[in-house]
Amino acid sequence: MAVSSAPGATPPGTMTSAAWAVAGALIAGAILFIAVAAKAQDAPMAVHAWFFVFAFLAGVMALGQRHFNVTHGQVTDDGAGYSDGVVKAGAIATLFWGVAGFLVGVVIAFQLAFPFLNLDTAFTNFGRLRPLHTSAVIFAFGGNALIATSFYVVQRTSRTRLAGDIAPWFVFWGYQLFIVIAATGYLMGVTQSKEYAEPEWYADIWLTIVWVVYLIVFLATLAKRKEPHIYVANWFYLAFIVTIAMLHIGNNLAIPETWTSSKSYALFPGVQDALIQWWYGHNAVGFFLTAGFLGMMYYFIPKRAERPVYSYRLSIVHFWSLIFIYIWAGPHHLHFTALPDWAQTLGMTFSIMLWMPSWGGMINGLMTLSGAWDKLRTDPVIRMLVVSVAFYGMSTFEGPVMSVKAVNSLSHYTDWTIGHVHSGALGWVGFISFGAIYCMIPWLWKRERLYSLALVSWHFWIATIGIVLYITAMWVSGILQGLMWRAYDAQGFLEYSFAETVEAMHPFYVIRALGGVLFLTGALIMVYNCWMTIKGRVRESEPLPASAPAGATLQPAE
Amino acid sequence: MAKKFSHATIEKNSILLLVLTLIVVAIGGLVEIVPTFLIKSTIEDVKGVRPYSPLELAGRNIYIREGCYNCHSQMVRSLRSEVERYGHYSLAAESKYDHPFQWGSKRTGPDLARVGGKYSDEWHRLHMEDPRAVVPESVMPGYPFLAQTPLDYRNIEGGLRALAAAGVPYSDEEIENARADLEAQATPDADTEGLMQRYPKAVARDFDGNPKTISELDALVAYLQMLGTLVDFNAYENTDFTQ
Repeated sequence: MAVSSAPGATPPGTMTSAAWAVAGALIAGAILFIAVAAKAQDAPMAVHAWFFVFAFLAGVMALGQRHFNVTHGQVTDDGAGYSDGVVKAGAIATLFWGVAGFLVGVVIAFQLAFPFLNLDTAFTNFGRLRPLHTSAVIFAFGGNALIATSFYVVQRTSRTRLAGDIAPWFVFWGYQLFIVIAATGYLMGVTQSKEYAEPEWYADIWLTIVWVVYLIVFLATLAKRKEPHIYVANWFYLAFIVTIAMLHIGNNLAIPETWTSSKSYALFPGVQDALIQWWYGHNAVGFFLTAGFLGMMYYFIPKRAERPVYSYRLSIVHFWSLIFIYIWAGPHHLHFTALPDWAQTLGMTFSIMLWMPSWGGMINGLMTLSGAWDKLRTDPVIRMLVVSVAFYGMSTFEGPVMSVKAVNSLSHYTDWTIGHVHSGALGWVGFISFGAIYCMIPWLWKRERLYSLALVSWHFWIATIGIVLYITAMWVSGILQGLMWRAYDAQGFLEYSFAETVEAMHPFYVIRALGGVLFLTGALIMVYNCWMTIKGRVRESEPLPASAPAGATLQPAE
Repeated sequence: MAKKFSHATIEKNSILLLVLTLIVVAIGGLVEIVPTFLIKSTIEDVKGVRPYSPLELAGRNIYIREGCYNCHSQMVRSLRSEVERYGHYSLAAESKYDHPFQWGSKRTGPDLARVGGKYSDEWHRLHMEDPRAVVPESVMPGYPFLAQTPLDYRNIEGGLRALAAAGVPYSDEEIENARADLEAQATPDADTEGLMQRYPKAVARDFDGNPKTISELDALVAYLQMLGTLVDFNAYENTDFTQ
């Protein structure tokens, strides 16, 4: 029963004393939530309390099932190699939530073009679906991609198995539970109204527990590494995990109406609440959508290109400067508002400085291809990874430009911001995740290669055209609307009513929605490709790389 | 002691890496956020701003629930074109009792910081029922269900109590009378003396055109009609607000 025995002594899944403790905690949690459900102040709280009860009981049953399998000799995992079951689950969850999030995005894009699609019911209006879209893509798709790849990368670069037997699975399933609670909450109108931090207090507490376990698993795996150095990808993953913990707790401090109510009130008021929200909001971009995905870049690009990272020194300089400077940038979301001027100026100054460490990362990623640029032609997965870094460079140039007060006075509140976010989200976050998934799926399921590289190429081009349609439509609509809002006629009056500026947006909203359809189509192609790869199929019309004529495998010139 | 620093020291120690990272990411937030709590001039000294009446608060909660902030800001920036379109630029003082703030980040629809009193209740009723009936170009969803849903205010005291815990100056008397004040504000010809004393400038009437029940629309329109109406800007010069 000794928990501290050497890895592999007790097969994973055995009911050790730690497992009994987890089961006990789950049962206690289930009892607590039965009490909450019984006394719930509102319907959403009752629904969510039952979700927790069923999830916890399912967890207890899963523990029992694992133990049963072990004692009956059905051991598939001897506990000695890498722990990849949870990574496989994370890869599939990434694909699932990706398609779900993109789909909701397409729906709300069409709602803005054709408002009758709101159906005028409580559950289907844009106001409730928009957070569903943003959370689904950022936290469900992006979060699962980060958890899965971080668990994959930290094992390989530390040459050790993931720490803990139940803990990684708790992180995975606990995170899915958070997603389901958040998503169903939005549909029922449960929201704190803080962008990208909409889930209410009880979901926030649950995520805090899951996240702390995630941090412990990651740290404990690093602690037992067999490599003397911690690989650069892990610096970024670690910074992402610990900073998100800090931001999440800081921005979600709230006082619930009662302990059985789904409604809470933010602890801080007005201007302070706004500043804390954008301290959180901009660093959700900086640490969730940037630092974490840079971790992904630092593993998958060198691995796939079979080249070392371009510059070790540049990784050090851009890591520390990036994480230091990013935190200051939040107030650029509040230019010309009631936030004090000094804070706005600080936010703008640091946002401009942020350009340099951002491009440090881009250069390090792109230049890793040195001597292997030919792979851009031969390997569509590399193409996807490299183009994602190019989009990263583009949006991290655009960001500092938009943070300049003179530009921001035009761009703020318009679609330009939406376009900017999507060049980062679709181009950088999306493509780097797709590239990582295309790498990992054959590696995890021990397949020789993907089902079809041609389909990866199709995905790449369809999605790229989709992104280009999306961001150009938003550039035009954003700048157009910003200019219309400040246009004066010859008599010195404002030239356009607000409604006229809304009407002018229509064609661009249609183009944007079509761009979204293309991006979603690409993702569906990816799901099909991955599904066939997992099934062990290989598309026959495509010869394996090994069977190519000998002369075609040129060595890179050095 | 003169040993040359090498980054390898940090790279070989996961706890050191963790601690240094945490220190580096904590600095910016501390420097920017802490002073806004300490510097008094962050919040202007103006008269008129008061906590929300119970009905307005219930309306605000519906505004939040439906995600109105996704498309409507409540923050008039200090730019000429905005002041001319929406009215006086917003002061920090005007949202000092807002938990959470509703400044917004996108204007798919217009700013609402000063929408109070701009349109009639009847306009709001029609607009919520079918936005394109009054603004043909609008892309706003319709919210016909608000008028049909009775307002659930069983625990309105709990809301005031939570806000009081967060620092909003609701008195015990105000918390005690929360339910009565809510009903008085939405019912025509009710006794509103206590309400008016507790919440100056509060407007009491039947907002949704159906005096029989207090609906969610009553609360939402009551909230929209008070937005931006509390501060009398004629009493101040612009220089009063320079920091």
